[in-house]
Formats: sequence, C-alpha cells, structure tokens
Amino acid sequence: MGKILEINGPLVKLELPQTVLGEQVRVGRMGLIGEVIGRAGDTALAQLYEDTTGLRPGEDAEGLGWPLSVELGPGLLGGIFDGVQRPLQAMRERSGDRIAHGVAVASLSRTQRWHFVPEPARRAGTRLAGGDVLGFVQETESIRHRILTPPQIEGELLELAPEGDHSVEEVIGRVRLADGRIEKLHLFHRWPVRTPRPFRQRDHAVAPLITGQRILDTFYPLLKGGKAAIPGPFGAGKTMLQHQVARWCDAQIVIYVGCGERGNELTDILESMPELKDPYTGRSLMERTLLVANTSNMPVVAREASIYVGITLAEYFRDQGYDVVMVADSTSRWAEALREVSGRLGQMPVEEGYPAYLGSRLAAFYERAGRVETLAGDHGSVTLIGAVSPPGGDFSEPVTSHTKEIVQTFWALSKELADARHYPAVDWLESFSGDVNSAAKWWAEHVHPNWQAARAAALGLLAESEELQRVVNLVGVEALSSEQRWALESARLIKEGLLQQAATDEADSFASPEKQYALLAALLEIHRRGMDLVQLGAPAQRLIQMPLLAQARRWKSQHGSDDLAGLQAKIAAVPQAFEPLLLEYASTRQPAGAGEARP
Amino acid sequence: MRNVEFRTAASAQGGLVVMAGVAGVAAGSRVQLRDHAGRVRSGLVIRSAADNVVVEVFEGTDEIDLERTWVRFLGEPFRLPVSRDILGRVFNGSGQPTDGRPPIISADRRDINGEPLNPSARAYPREFIQTGISAIDGMNSLTRGQKLPIFSGGGLPHNRVAAQIVRQAKLLGEEAADFVVVFAAFGASHADARFFQESFEESGVLNKVVMFLNLADEPVIERLLTPRAALTAAEYLAFDLDYHVLVVMTDMTAYAEALREVAVLRGDVPARKGYPGYLYSDLAEIYERAGRIKNRRGSITLIPVLSMPSDDITHPIPDLTGYITEGQIVLGRELSGEGVYPPVTVLPSLSRLMKDGIGKNFTREDHPHVASQLFASYAKALEVRGLAAIIGAEELSDADRHALAFADAFERRFINQGEDEDRSIHETLNLAWDLLSMLPKDALTRVSEEQLAKYHKGTA
Repeated sequence: MGKILEINGPLVKLELPQTVLGEQVRVGRMGLIGEVIGRAGDTALAQLYEDTTGLRPGEDAEGLGWPLSVELGPGLLGGIFDGVQRPLQAMRERSGDRIAHGVAVASLSRTQRWHFVPEPARRAGTRLAGGDVLGFVQETESIRHRILTPPQIEGELLELAPEGDHSVEEVIGRVRLADGRIEKLHLFHRWPVRTPRPFRQRDHAVAPLITGQRILDTFYPLLKGGKAAIPGPFGAGKTMLQHQVARWCDAQIVIYVGCGERGNELTDILESMPELKDPYTGRSLMERTLLVANTSNMPVVAREASIYVGITLAEYFRDQGYDVVMVADSTSRWAEALREVSGRLGQMPVEEGYPAYLGSRLAAFYERAGRVETLAGDHGSVTLIGAVSPPGGDFSEPVTSHTKEIVQTFWALSKELADARHYPAVDWLESFSGDVNSAAKWWAEHVHPNWQAARAAALGLLAESEELQRVVNLVGVEALSSEQRWALESARLIKEGLLQQAATDEADSFASPEKQYALLAALLEIHRRGMDLVQLGAPAQRLIQMPLLAQARRWKSQHGSDDLAGLQAKIAAVPQAFEPLLLEYASTRQPAGAGEARP
Repeated sequence: MRNVEFRTAASAQGGLVVMAGVAGVAAGSRVQLRDHAGRVRSGLVIRSAADNVVVEVFEGTDEIDLERTWVRFLGEPFRLPVSRDILGRVFNGSGQPTDGRPPIISADRRDINGEPLNPSARAYPREFIQTGISAIDGMNSLTRGQKLPIFSGGGLPHNRVAAQIVRQAKLLGEEAADFVVVFAAFGASHADARFFQESFEESGVLNKVVMFLNLADEPVIERLLTPRAALTAAEYLAFDLDYHVLVVMTDMTAYAEALREVAVLRGDVPARKGYPGYLYSDLAEIYERAGRIKNRRGSITLIPVLSMPSDDITHPIPDLTGYITEGQIVLGRELSGEGVYPPVTVLPSLSRLMKDGIGKNFTREDHPHVASQLFASYAKALEVRGLAAIIGAEELSDADRHALAFADAFERRFINQGEDEDRSIHETLNLAWDLLSMLPKDALTRVSEEQLAKYHKGTA
C-alpha cells in the first residue's frame, strides 16, 4: 500500500515502491483509477482517468497488478463504453445521468447468462492453443460470438462445459498448461490494450469495403483491412461521413470510437442505429455496433486510452474471423491528449507543442489495422478509419501530415465544397487511394469489367473541368469552344448527379455497387453522346438546355438500390433523348466546331 | 481545516501564491486570502503536495505581503447556491449578488464545475425553435438543446442579433411560459451589459433572466468562473425546475484570453498562438453542458457569442469552438457594410442539428429541400457575381443574369429583415419560394418535381 505525495491536475505523484510502468493504480478515498507512467526510486508518477478534484496528499494508493486491459466476451455488442471500457448504460443505472467520481462497474455484466454451445472438436484430452474457438454464444440474431481461448494459453484440454447457460465469470473449462499448472477458462478473458493481439500472419487485402458512398467506393476505394483518414476543417461533414460509413459499410462488426467529440453525436448513433436496417442482413444496425465514448467534456487521460480500447475490441472480433471496421473520431483529439500529458511531464515539445513521438505513436496505432490469418486459421480484418481535425483546416499541421504518410486512403474534405453544400464534401483532387488496382479486380469480377476505365474517364473529366473553370473565371465562358463547354457541363453533371449524395434521403443514403456503376456509366454515356453531337456541329448551348440533364441529376434519389430496374429503364431512354438533335445534325454533317451559330 | 488561517506564504508571483508547511489540502479546493488591508480575495488550489500548496488567486497577487497574508482552505470546490429565487437576479462573475439585494440562501450549493453528462443519458435535440430570423430558421435552424455560437467581429451587430433571438425564440405551438434566460457576460463593456439589460426589460422578460456579469474592468481570472457559474444556474433551472433555458454568453474570446493569461502564469506549454493545449477540452467543458436529458422536461440551448480576432475564422478560438458546437452563425462585414441586418453570411454558417429538427413533422415537408436549394443557388449566384466583376455584366448569359438578380433579391429580401420583424417559418419558406421562382425550374435540382409543381410560381 502506498500513498499520495502530490496532485497536479490529472498527474499524481505516489509513494509506491515496486510498481511497474503501465500498472493500474487505485488512488485516494474516492478510489480513482489511473496508470503509472513514470518511476523514480520509491515514487511513481501516475495519470488518473478521472478528475482529481478533492484528492488529498496522504491518502492511500495501491497498485492493482495489471496494465490497462479490456474484458473480451459476450455482452459487448450494442453497448456504449467509456474510454476505459466502463459500461455507460450500467453506470447510468448506478449513479444517475452524470458520471460521478470513482464509480467502478464491471465492463461485462456479471449476472446476464449466455447460451454457450461448445465446438464439437474440443473434447477432453485434445490439444488446445491460444486463439482456438471453444464454442459460441449467439449474441445477437446476426452475430455469433465465438468464444476464444486466451492467446497466451496452450496445453491439454481437461474438460469443457456442455451446451448450457453461463454467466461470464463461471468456469466453462480447464486446461493443463505445459508446466503442469491448471488454467480455468471462462466466456471472457482480459487483454492489455497497448499490446496488439497476436495472429498467425498478415494476409493480402482482397475486397474493397463497400460503404455505399459513391465518392468513396467508386473513386477512392478502401480495402477491408486498410487504413484511411478523413481530414477536414469543422463543418466539412467529417462526422456525417463517418456516421454514413458506420451505418452502411459491409463489415460485420462496427466499432465507433467517439474520442473527444460531441456527446450529441453519440446520442444520434444510439438513437438512430437501432431503427436502421443493415442492408446486408436486414437486421437492426445496432446489433453489430459497439460504441466507445470519451466525449470532449470527459477526462482527457481516458481519451488517450479510448483509442486503444477501441482497437483492442476490434482485434478481438477480427480474431473470431470477422471483418471489423473501427471508426476513430477524432485522432486529433487523441494527439492533443498526448500533448497535454507530455506537457505536464515537462517533455520537450517539437511542432505546435506536440511531443517528438507523435509520429511513431500514430504509425504504430494504424499498424494494428490489417487483414490477417487468425490463430485459429480463419481470416479476419480490421479496417481503420480515422478522422483528423486540423486546426484552421490546415493540412500541413503535424497530425494531418503524419497521418497522410501512414494511410493508404485519404478522403480529404473541403470547406469550399461544404460551404456550397456539396456533400459529402470529399475533394476529388486532394484525395487519394493506393488501392485502386486491387479494388478494380473486385469490381471487374462482381460488378462490371469496365469499372476502372469508367472511373478514370470520370476523374479525367473532373480534372479537365477544373482547368476549364479557371479559364472561365478569368475570361468568361464565351472563350471556351463547344467541346470545352460540353465537358464543363458533363463534369457538373457528374458532380451533382453522382458525387453529391444526400445522407438524409432514404433512396440516396446508401448506393449499392451496382447502382453506383449504373449511374456512373449512364452519366458518361450522356457525356459521350453529347460530345458526338458537338463534333457534328451542335452548339453546346442547345445540349445544356436539354431537360435530360436536370432529370439525370434526380435519378440518384428517385431509385433506391433496391429499384435498379427503374433506374435502368430511365438510362435505357437516354439515346432517345438525343434522337431529335442527332437527326438534325447528322443530316447537315457540318465539320466539327464550325457551327456555333444556331441553324 | 476550514477554520484555520495559515500565514505561511512562501512566494507570491503573477497570480500564484505558494503556501509552505500546509499538509493534506484537497486538490481543486477553494481558498480565501485576507491581506494586510483586510481585503478578502479568493483562489483555487491548483497543486497540492505533502508540504506545500500552490494557490491561484483570482483577483491577482498585487500588493500581497507574504508575512501579512492569512490563508484559509475551505476544503471544497467553488459552489453556487441555487434556488428558485435566482430568477431576476444579477450576480458578479463568481456568483455574488451585485444588485444590492440579499444573497441567495440555500442548502443546495452546487460545484460550478459540474459533472460530465453520461452520453447514454442524453436525449437528441429535435425540436425546432423558431427565432423569427429567416437566415437562421430557413437555412441554419436552431433546435432545443443545441449549442449554436454566433461568430462575429468587432463592430458587427452580434449583440442585437443575440437580443433579437432571445426576444423572439419560441417553439411552434407552445406558449412561452416555461422559458427562461441565463445571460453571462465576461470581458463585456458596461454599454454592452446595459444594452442587454434594457432589451430584456423592454420585452418584459427581466424577471425570467439570471445575469452573471464580469465586465471588462473586473478581475480577469474571475472570467474562468463566470461561464461555469452561469451554466450551473442553467442546469439547475433546466433539469431541476423543468425550464427551457436559453443561455447567451458573450464574449468567448475574452474567456479564452483569460485562460491563456492564467496558463502562462502556470507555465503551461503553449500550443497555437500562445493558447494552452487544453483550450479545446476547457471550451468543451463549457459548451457540452448544453443539451437535453432523457426523461427530463427542461433543456439548455446555448448561444455563445465570440468575436473572431481580425475576422479570422481559423483563429484558435473560433476554430476550436466550431469543432465542439453544433454549427455556427457567421456574421459578415461585407453584408453589414451594405446595410443588411442581420448580416448572416449564409455559406460558412451551418446548423448541424437542422436535419433532424425540420421537415414534415416539424416545420414543413419542403423545408430541407428548400434550404439545400437556397444554399446551392446562392453559392452558384455568387460565382456568377465574381465572374461579372471580371468580364462585366453585359457579357453574361441569360441564365447568369437570372442568378445575379436572385442573389441580390436573396440578400435584400430574405436575409435582410427588421430588428423587430418576427417571421414565422411559413413566411420564411414562402419568401424562399418567391425568390426561387426567379430561377427557371431546370436550375432547381435539389427540390423534387412535386414541390416544384406545388410551390414554384414561375412559368419556365
């Protein structure tokens, strides 16, 4: 037993001999929890996860003997936990609407009973290795929670409970380890959050993560097991885009970490997710979702931990063979928490007050994403999507610039687009994806062989229009040739009819890959047909006035992904719309560019 | 410990006093200092060790004499006594009455720092508040429980806009009976404070207002307490007494500057522009106290006013505020210069909660589409205006000329309105359709064809 020597904000100096760096400590009469971050002789420096107001020097402190760990077992899904995995719903029942000091509630319910079904292959006397599946609990209608052997255990299975109901703490089996010790097995185990969970080997990522968002899937794809960043100034729609990804992506498990962000955003998820249907399973989206929340008014030290809690939970579901998406909103707040603590420790700041190890910490965190072969021989993945909140929208600041070097997919949000209410405000020039070729294989196989060419054509048109717009801004639209004016109009059509997507519109909020491609191909078809006409001598002005262009902009919201036939019917009528003009100009056969004047 | 006075000040410098030989003082507890002249100052324990304690003194350490300073540790954080009687009262920045009436006596004394709300206890704000201002109601709607700041600059009419919101804000189909205002000013001028006081008086709501005033010539460090005291009062009114509370705070820039001043004294590592790295968390502790709670009737809607230094929206104060609040109303110098009131620059303005508080069951079914269309059409029209400035209006196409006319009418008729003009949301939306009807139907792709048929007044 030790005691408190000094209190300085969230940092507490303790007299606590023989503690280990990273060990959890319980401090003071209030029983606040924290972790040891430094030692000198018999004194230890600890950072506490809660507000230290009211703590006094001289009060007791004790080491708990383990590092910050999470409980992994049934009861996680559909829940909301704080930055150190305390269950917020259970805490509300315990201490009311506000988070009181020093409340200790176990992460997983100790009373709830789960129906455990053992794996037939696990018979007494067989070898058992870490990561092996002991059996399963049907946690929700759509998710079968596989009960895993803790990774560090290897030995002979002595017994395993038959099918039946158990609480998480009941012993469901026993193993004799190599050194003869007997280890008990439970429905859950603990894992330290700062240690990546082991796997057999890393795998190639093969399939894109389908988010149902056209600008992401079609233009800047992210693979399952990949790393992506969403940087953007405030008001550019970061949170909205992340909510959309969390709602509609085709992962089996979604972990949403609200790190230093608004409380109402988590409320929004908690209230809206149960009512939304998973487009892949037809079940409530909340069944596959888990929230970790350290909102901006909750203590900063737990903010630093929340990201690691989230990624460890993600790895645990990956180890069960699932494709997991973890959304971290926002990694900038995590970095700021790091900065705050390092500042209190008196460490030498480098850029904008951040500690020198910011880049390496970020890189190590993102490396926990990936598609792997699990210890049990399954395949699972963790896809990591981190929001970045650059101060003043300046992408050259340290967190954004480090992140940009780490991720493969970069969805840059633009203030200009957001101001013009072009949502999602993903900037098609600033963004990038290093996975287009891998994604192209999947699209060619599952949707259409021409995907990559169509994507390139659309991007080419967008880039060209950017050039043309510059000319227009200098000397006016009259300076452009008819071809150029039509290219400009086609790019506008792609922006409004394809890239813009309304999250609040039921038909438009999610677009299946098939719908995405159909729209893309149709808009390019309009562009091509128009260009043919222009080359026959039709003035761009007449094409721009075609009612088809306004109609095509509404297609996305008139036909949901389940009404592909309706969309196809409209697309099939495109050639007809060009028919009158074609008749007019094909007969005159003027050479290209010679007929600006109306006939 | 409360009754013991220590005379062991070991050093005093820049607002901080170190007390030697004092043991076991609770971190964050309140302190009273009595100096040789008998003046009482208050402070806070910011660092507590086994044999010494660092105290931050709110009134500063000027004229402190180490040998003749008596210090009392109160053993508890700053608390505000609350009761129904706070309505209609005026307090200073740390919660002492300054209106000449007796102090509030109550057994219910609350820690002004509050406790963070459990995110699972929040209820999502969904009820549309009609402010009667078209630029806000139509395009950046406020909902009950939202935190929506006004970003302004020196010389812009943010106080008048805030006062107009206070006068006109109402929920559709509900009388104003349960509605109260908590007003907090820090670093504000006496003229500003009087303006608000008179505006509340004129509209007859003075007995429903609680004021916390720390004016420009009052202690700077006290500003750190003012918003917290105000929000403690607001929380009591909203969640104990079921009132709908509108909190107006001005000016957050003065608050952040006070925070920077204290951070420098403490020796904290500065991040951007000398502001401490924890400015974000600190602002969040204030802003996040707005909201609604499940199964409680009351709500706290927060309208902080902040002036952007040099009109720079990327300055750390508006920047970090924007990352925490649920949108922002941006006032612009250009519109103001053209005589438009309220000079709301709609493109950078935003209400994040708008989407959930408007539409069929709240305002009118076409509202979300109309708002989106107004934004798109106005953004496009501004592009045309920029182009016209270069190549001249004569060179513009017919479509572009329509757009220009729309932009002018939008600013003159939609954004611009009287300071006493209280437009209903239906008036606002009808006005929007009047303006959109200046544009051909083909140019309006954000509204549905049915809405065009129903509301568009043009022929094209």
